[in-house]
Amino acid sequence: MNVLFFEVTLLLYFLGTVLFLSQLAGRLEGVSQSAFVVAGVGFFFHTLALVSRMIEAGHIPLTSMHEALSFFSWALVLVFLVVELRLRLHILGSFILPLAFISLISAAALPKEIKALAPIFRNVWMHVTLSLLGTVAFAIAFVAGLMYLIQEHLLKSKHRNVLYHKLPPLDFLDDLNGKAISFGFPLLTLGIITGALFAEFSRGSFLNWNAEQIGALGTWLFYLVVLLGRVTVGWRAKRAAYLTVVGFAGVIFTLVGVLVKGQHPFA
Amino acid sequence: MNIIVVGLNHRTASVELREHLAVSEARLPEALARLKRWPGVTEGVILSTCNRVELYAVVKDTSHGFDSLREYLLKMAPAISHDDLAPYLYYFDGSHAIRHLFRVTASLDSMVVGEPQILGQVKEAFEAALTQKTTGLVLNKVLKKAISVGKRVRTETGIAENAVSVSYAAVELAKKIFQNLAGKTVLLIGAGEMAKLAARHLVQAGMQNVLITTRNYELAVDVAKRFHGLPVPFDDFPREMAGADIVICSTGASAYLIGPEDVQRALHTRRNRPMFLIDISVPRNIDPEVGRLDNAYLYNIDDLQGQVEKNLEQRRQEAMKAEDLVQSEVGLIVRWIKSLEVLPTIVALRRKAGDIQRGEVNRILAKFGAVSPRQRELVEDLASAITNKLLHGALVALKTEADSTNGPLFAEIAQRLFDLEKEIAAAAAKDETEQTSTVLPDGPP
Repeated sequence: MNVLFFEVTLLLYFLGTVLFLSQLAGRLEGVSQSAFVVAGVGFFFHTLALVSRMIEAGHIPLTSMHEALSFFSWALVLVFLVVELRLRLHILGSFILPLAFISLISAAALPKEIKALAPIFRNVWMHVTLSLLGTVAFAIAFVAGLMYLIQEHLLKSKHRNVLYHKLPPLDFLDDLNGKAISFGFPLLTLGIITGALFAEFSRGSFLNWNAEQIGALGTWLFYLVVLLGRVTVGWRAKRAAYLTVVGFAGVIFTLVGVLVKGQHPFA
Repeated sequence: MNIIVVGLNHRTASVELREHLAVSEARLPEALARLKRWPGVTEGVILSTCNRVELYAVVKDTSHGFDSLREYLLKMAPAISHDDLAPYLYYFDGSHAIRHLFRVTASLDSMVVGEPQILGQVKEAFEAALTQKTTGLVLNKVLKKAISVGKRVRTETGIAENAVSVSYAAVELAKKIFQNLAGKTVLLIGAGEMAKLAARHLVQAGMQNVLITTRNYELAVDVAKRFHGLPVPFDDFPREMAGADIVICSTGASAYLIGPEDVQRALHTRRNRPMFLIDISVPRNIDPEVGRLDNAYLYNIDDLQGQVEKNLEQRRQEAMKAEDLVQSEVGLIVRWIKSLEVLPTIVALRRKAGDIQRGEVNRILAKFGAVSPRQRELVEDLASAITNKLLHGALVALKTEADSTNGPLFAEIAQRLFDLEKEIAAAAAKDETEQTSTVLPDGPP
């Protein structure tokens, strides 16, 4: 059952992505409305998929890369829906939904079977949830940064197109960027701490310097610097936008590292 | 019954003449009441703005109506002679009058196409007429439609999008950099007219903190008063710049007043919060190199002017779409009005036939004495079949001719042939009492 729901979700996110991208092209107000509805319905099926999978598995379904990516996509759409309902930005979906779709289709490409869980991993979902929610926040920061850089370029080059009209003001994007990182950083910190604790319990050492652990620590340090830079010496605006776009690339790299290398219990 | 308009606007008449004819809000009720009583006028609306004075009326006879409304205008402005006024008036009737009203309401006839005020002004004119009860079936419908067409044009075409003046273009840009202008500060360097205008628009858009500096400190103090702002000594402005989110520069200086190092310093002090610099002075006062700095957005007069040109061109294109929309709506309402001309005749004909039919059936049944329900039904069917078949051709002809210019002629012929004048007069009297007794709507939808 969860696979069917999953596939319906995939289809709806694809449709939503197409609609959201096409609304960038024109003035049609109705498109962003229907894109939002499609995303909402997709989210509903996604929730059904996650819940039914949890019932089938008998534990929280966050024990494989497939499940992690699916959850990441779900949380991303959730944040999008909440932000969109409050702020009515219209353009946010054109950036976030493609990301959610890419994440979900990556999940679809991975093995979907429900793994029997060793007792030691019973509570590993805490580590995964925290890390993923941190990543969702960084994804929002990434999207805000990307929109900032586009709008900044359009303002500098004095070139006004559809995007110029649809993108929100610069200081709003900078603010969103800052808030997203201030949310994401504590979550990632807790995610790393819980991860280290589980590593300690399962393998007897909380740190064994494998690629994804180094990647995670590198990401953590990077965002720490970005956050401190903003608070202390005014690393905001364009610089902050650049850094968060680059930083998210690092996050993706770490995730791929987790996937490719076999050290992590997910792989 | 015909809808006509007589008026003048910014294109046909000088402002002096328009001033003479303009009807102030205070005088409007009395003017409307007089228009309603004016010979030949059955419904009337007065649209008086600074750019136009127009009388819309429903009249029995078009050419008499035109003369009558011209006389009305002359009566309202005793200082103006017939010869002073007549050459500047325009006259439209029927679909042309409706189209004119729709174009006016949609801001297609405005000095600046797409300007937002006219829609509200038409609404107010209509509301005043409703209060004075000077409109009826026709103008109520036409004005409501005009207002909805005006709204549709604004939402469905880009006619009202994007700034068409340099100072508004500056505000629009500011809103792309700053989400909320309320807490932001603008620094005016020099007090040229355009700079003051831009500052005024920014204040209207919610900006509260205004700093002003000019070489002549007295002038700065004077201008500051008008904006509830703060004057700043001219030598201090490079330091004050750090606190300014928007800088508008318009001095007569022949060299650059602000260089990249000044702005760099200000940005550093502001911890890289973005700055929007507008240079509307010629020759330029801000070194163009400033535009290369991160987080500094520099626009000069040509950048803004270029944007305005593009926006104007876009409005012209959108105006063509709006014209199409107006045209199709005019078609719909004209058909409705035409049907109105034959409708009373159709109703009266049906009613008269029904009355005769019922009378004859009752007369014949009374002669029969006792009849079964089945027999009664048969007699009634026979009577209605005869009347319906007899009238069918006439009714179809009336309905089809309603769309053509022959509508009123056919209606009159039918009235004569079937002797309907009495029925129509009775129905009209009934309508009149109903209309005055029903409560008027609150306002346009």
